[in-house]
Amino acid sequence: MPRLSGAGPPADCTHFWEETNVTNTFTKAALLGMTAAGLVGMAGGAQAASHSISACLITKTDTNPFFVKMKEGAEAKAEELGIELNSYAGKIDGDVETQIAAVESCIAAGAKGILITPSDGPSLTPIITQAREAGALVIALDTPFEPADVADATFATDNFKAGELIGEWAAASLENPEEAKIAMLDLNASEVSVDYLRNNGFLQGFGIDIKDPTDIGDEDDPRIVGNDVTNGNEEGGRTAMENLMQVDSSINVVYTINEPAAAGAYEALRSFGMEDQALIVSVDGGCPGVQNVKEGVIGATSMQFPLLMASLGVEAIAKFAEDGTKPENSEGLDFTNTGVELVTDNPVDGIPSITSDEALEKCWG
Amino acid sequence: MSDTPKGSRKTGQDFESTLSSSDTKVAAFERKHRGVMDTIQHVLHLNPTLVPVMVLVASVLIFSLPMVTEGKFLTMFNLSLVMQQVSIIGILAAAQSLIILTAGIDLSVGALMIFSAVVMGLTGVNLGMPSFVALILGFVVAIGGGLVNGLFVTRVKLPPFIVTLGTWYIFLSILRLLTGSQSIRSQDLDAEAPFLKIFGSFISLGSARITFGVILMILVFAVLWYMLNKTAWGRHVYAIGDDKEAAELAGIKTDRMLLTVYMMAGLVVGIAAWASIGRVGSISPNAFAEANLQSITAVVIGGISLFGGRGSILGPLFGALIVGVFESGLRLAGLDVQWQVFAIGWLIILAVAIDQWIRKVSA
Repeated sequence: MPRLSGAGPPADCTHFWEETNVTNTFTKAALLGMTAAGLVGMAGGAQAASHSISACLITKTDTNPFFVKMKEGAEAKAEELGIELNSYAGKIDGDVETQIAAVESCIAAGAKGILITPSDGPSLTPIITQAREAGALVIALDTPFEPADVADATFATDNFKAGELIGEWAAASLENPEEAKIAMLDLNASEVSVDYLRNNGFLQGFGIDIKDPTDIGDEDDPRIVGNDVTNGNEEGGRTAMENLMQVDSSINVVYTINEPAAAGAYEALRSFGMEDQALIVSVDGGCPGVQNVKEGVIGATSMQFPLLMASLGVEAIAKFAEDGTKPENSEGLDFTNTGVELVTDNPVDGIPSITSDEALEKCWG
Repeated sequence: MSDTPKGSRKTGQDFESTLSSSDTKVAAFERKHRGVMDTIQHVLHLNPTLVPVMVLVASVLIFSLPMVTEGKFLTMFNLSLVMQQVSIIGILAAAQSLIILTAGIDLSVGALMIFSAVVMGLTGVNLGMPSFVALILGFVVAIGGGLVNGLFVTRVKLPPFIVTLGTWYIFLSILRLLTGSQSIRSQDLDAEAPFLKIFGSFISLGSARITFGVILMILVFAVLWYMLNKTAWGRHVYAIGDDKEAAELAGIKTDRMLLTVYMMAGLVVGIAAWASIGRVGSISPNAFAEANLQSITAVVIGGISLFGGRGSILGPLFGALIVGVFESGLRLAGLDVQWQVFAIGWLIILAVAIDQWIRKVSA
């Protein structure tokens, strides 16, 4: 990068150095300085490994609090067991190229185990197979591969169960669930597994025939007002709720894919002056979401445990390195269920739950 | 100098006496007889917002048909809701228009808007600063972001596409690092800095609800329309977009002008950021992920040429409304979300095809 080194005038931009205006030159120098500083900062991440057992953690991003918590859990457990842990992350959700490069680095470094939350299972399958052939134990965290046995094991939330819990809670909380008007606020148009699992889990829990368990919106129960997508954030949640209220303004149950979408749905209801008319249920267990349960914005949410997924994963790698045993799936599932708990301040008989105050002790983010 | 003789001068020369019987009309273009298509093409060329207005009216009429939406679309409440839903993208499209009129493009508007909103929220809520300080800091970020884009474009001479592609990533990464991707909750805003949500307030006109954010959007377009059409600054924007070298030769300090355009766009992005807090209720670092592309869509459907220098600033307002009407109408017609995306894709292609056809009139 000749421009950054300042070694001399590069041939392609001589006009750049010929300027005599002092302010201009200063501005340019400042701009280039900023760029250079940025690049140096980026180069600071590389580290060398020296422990006997090394493992990798590859998350979808390293800014989402869910993955931050996951990384915390993995690092604490690795420290405890004396494992050298290298962490990698994609730049954004869906950034599969960076994840592939990370797996390649892990294979090259001779990692004994790889913990990964796959951004895109099918695209990662070939490189994951290579890693396993190279002798690494591969564990999918949070998001299963399709099929799940692409990895040696999967430690994840049972998302169908998470949906089922809030569905059962909603049905039991209503005076007359036969007359319910339900809005379904889903993730996005791709209908990824977490989306249809939570969506259909909720409907089944509520007592609605879900037809195809991997399809969203194929139900014909008249209690469902409609489905709309939220992209899992407040803005999308609000717009989606406004739209469904236009279809039927008597909605009294709102399922949401996650707590930010739930917060957006509440804003829409509040702007209509109808925030007391509907029960909002959600899934995640992030601290702002639990706080919203405490304040009555969300009726109930299913909490998942990212920290546990990661620490169990590191333990499994340590065991594998010691005697070659691989983790076994939970009974009746093709993954290891790391548990889900219903959080609500209005518990109903027959559905175990914890209060928002208890949940604030365990929430992530 | 070619003053047309009007026969008032008496020269006394014989050969000029025949002038009195000659045609006294002022030189004019031949008015050739036009066909229907030619006339349409000509009218559209003179009125660049006519196409988006007609598309808007037609789409409202179609979605109002009882067999399409069962009367759910054409209510004052729903129409005002569509206005609310497009208000943020509308304001961003105004900022985008400024850049596109100079033959540039800004991929960073959405990220800069969230960056600015996040700064308003973090300072106003998490640090507990007074709302007006939080707002000033948010606007400093927005205008500063525009300035950075402008400096790279004018001083380092990088193409706007590349500069804003870079700053898009940079702004996104900074705002995610600042917030840890965690939203600032609506309830915390209510408690600490309710003034930041002012544009979510509304006045009722019958069953319609006009939020302050919608009024703000219309004001932004009105002010920019005035600036672009009635001030030297505005004419210079068009001149630079039409032909930068000619503008330079005509004495316009093009680099300095461009810098002011980018800062102006930054200011409008700051306004969008403030309005977005009122619209969404909370501040989410993950919202408006496609706002940059949506703003470009509104600009293109609104009939502003991507090659710069042509189109009315009011076009993107109609462009944003068209998108909003299609989204609402198709949804109320009970169609899958994918059909909205499908329809908007065709609208973009159609809009640019019409633009190309209209341009041929001057050739």
